[in-house]
Amino acid sequence: MALIDLANPTRFLNFAERAMPWLIAATLFAFAIGLEQGLFVAPDDYQQGATVKIMFLHVPCAWLSMFCWGLMTVASLGTLVWRHPLADVAAKAAAPLGAAFTFLCLFTGSMWGRPMWGTYWQWDARLTSVLVMFIMYLGMIALWRTVEDPSRAGRAAAVLTLVGAINLPIIKFSVDWWNTLHQPASVFRIGGPAIDKSILVPLFAMAIAFTLLFVTLHVAAMRNEILRRRVRSMLMLQARAQGG
Amino acid sequence: MNLGPHAAFILAAWAAGLVVVAGLVAWVILDFRAQKRVLGDLEAHGVTRRSAAAIKEPA
Repeated sequence: MALIDLANPTRFLNFAERAMPWLIAATLFAFAIGLEQGLFVAPDDYQQGATVKIMFLHVPCAWLSMFCWGLMTVASLGTLVWRHPLADVAAKAAAPLGAAFTFLCLFTGSMWGRPMWGTYWQWDARLTSVLVMFIMYLGMIALWRTVEDPSRAGRAAAVLTLVGAINLPIIKFSVDWWNTLHQPASVFRIGGPAIDKSILVPLFAMAIAFTLLFVTLHVAAMRNEILRRRVRSMLMLQARAQGG
Repeated sequence: MNLGPHAAFILAAWAAGLVVVAGLVAWVILDFRAQKRVLGDLEAHGVTRRSAAAIKEPA
């Protein structure tokens, strides 16, 4: 099946039904490895001690918070440029997931910051730009709930998502452009990772597990959104039949 | 597993992760059941989508 075939909502529902057991199994398997590596195999950091275990949660959530907005940005192009029938379904389904992972990123960062930096929060460029993204996610959810017609809401949300995408490079490069309390990039950087392999491998394992979790939840949320739209159109048909 | 002097922060972070992930999983499952239930009720009352009706009643 070509990817373009999934543009049909019925085909996507069939695909979701077949893919879901495999996605769930892969996610559980990845988490079993990631949690074992992160909680029981990875050593404590020589400076940060056991608090480095927060990183195995914080970094995947930070990565997913940006990945999710990137996905919404591509979906928004699909809505505005190609009028892809599933594009705004994908964007709407992703927003609550993005908000949840961004919240976790901020919360776990705060729990890590208090013992390491001596503060739960600092208005530095990285932390503030991620907080702005969290507020934008909440705004997207509110917009989807406010406008009743999904296609009108989809176009408005797509424009706002594209505007909000400006924040992605700001988040990524904030630690380079400004003097921040948050550390600079230590995994994806010129010169290779600055983290020892004994901690890097569990980090990648957890990142893969969280990414699979996101994909599974996103496919499930898209399936729910397609069903919700069917319910809406059937209720409208019923109301029309009763009215006329 | 010895979490050292900052155990409360580590446990709070992981507890939040567990609660949020469990919440997301519960959200997609309960939402799916709710949509399927409403769809089933509508179909039981004879309401069908236009595309489904077109398949059942060929010209």
